Amino acid sequence: MAAGHASGHAADEERVEQMVGNLLRAGVLIAAIVAFGGGMAFLARHGSSTPAYHVFRGESTMLNTLGGVLHGVAALNTAALVQFGIVLLIATPVARVLLTLIAFALRRDWMYVVISAIVLGALMFSLLGG
Amino acid sequence: MTLLQLDGLLFLGAFAAGLIGALTGLGGGAIIVPLLTLGFGVDIRYAIGASLVSVIATSSGAAAAYVKEGYTNLRVGMLLEVATTIGALSGAFVAAYVAPNVIAIIFGLVLLHAAWEGTRRHLDHIVHGAPDRLAMVLRLDSTYPTPEGPEAYQVRHVPLGFGLMYVAGVLSGLLGIGSGVVKVLAMDRAMRLPFKVSTTTSNFMIGVTAAASAGLYLHRGYIEPGLALPTMLGVLCGALTGARALPGLKTRKLRLIFSVVVAAIAFEMLYNGFSGKI
Repeated sequence: MAAGHASGHAADEERVEQMVGNLLRAGVLIAAIVAFGGGMAFLARHGSSTPAYHVFRGESTMLNTLGGVLHGVAALNTAALVQFGIVLLIATPVARVLLTLIAFALRRDWMYVVISAIVLGALMFSLLGG
Repeated sequence: MTLLQLDGLLFLGAFAAGLIGALTGLGGGAIIVPLLTLGFGVDIRYAIGASLVSVIATSSGAAAAYVKEGYTNLRVGMLLEVATTIGALSGAFVAAYVAPNVIAIIFGLVLLHAAWEGTRRHLDHIVHGAPDRLAMVLRLDSTYPTPEGPEAYQVRHVPLGFGLMYVAGVLSGLLGIGSGVVKVLAMDRAMRLPFKVSTTTSNFMIGVTAAASAGLYLHRGYIEPGLALPTMLGVLCGALTGARALPGLKTRKLRLIFSVVVAAIAFEMLYNGFSGKI
């Protein structure tokens, strides 16, 4: 491998690392801010209620699906806003996998494009299907 | 207890867990579930959901810094994430059919293993010689920064590491933890990556692994915002504080103390699991 190509490759790798780092940081920050804002509003209204978290209810509510959470956010439901922040957090690693997939594709590294696609498929299956 | 009081206490408890997790390098995720179940009497399914969300937050937050420093091996991480995500999906599927007290027992055993690992010293055993064929095909060999400049390392035993990563994924999906201990084990001891590369790449993978089961947990109602939010924010703030304090702290002694605490929690989980209290 020529030296010039190798150093170009290393610089390329470093740029991807910087982008991945920035994406992760931004994702966590935005998710935490959204969830915190929703949480404060939720506590302001329901803070004096006594929850029963020692019993698992598990019945299906609007907070258990992506569509339900988005509907709740549109209706300015505070619990849905918290859950939306949590969904953004779960989506952060998914976005990271998508970013690495694109980076591998730009480098024509098809083996790792396939590997990233398998991981992305497993994540989407969990988040959307289940 | 009102929700406001509960959330305040949860935040403080989770903050402590995140702080200790970051200082010892053992991660805070493993003690979140015992904290919520044993400490606050929360149902283990809600505890697992809240723990998993916290794990995503701390690992993504920490990975952001590590990736930029150039320790993380992106290829190794990406390849092994195939094993951990499929493992996590299997674990989360199985979790629906396993009785809560059995989960508590498995949790206790995993904590005992983590405590034992926490007492061990870590030595780099970088191998040089003829490169591993599979590692060469997958182009896993790389370099990592040292005070003397970038140093090259070779990757070994890819199938063994891949298999161990599947196990780590199953445990993550079943128990709502990051399984960092098993991930590091797979990379450090089986695949012979330098220890710092193993820990940072493990951390890099934890978020994706946890996200794989988090979707299923969300649909099943394990993620209760009133619990998940204070826990997640607490662990995140604790971990960030710990990461800032890390340079200049004697972590070896801290690890030993924390290992004893984790072992005690493990026995408590086992007791509660066997007596059916969880």
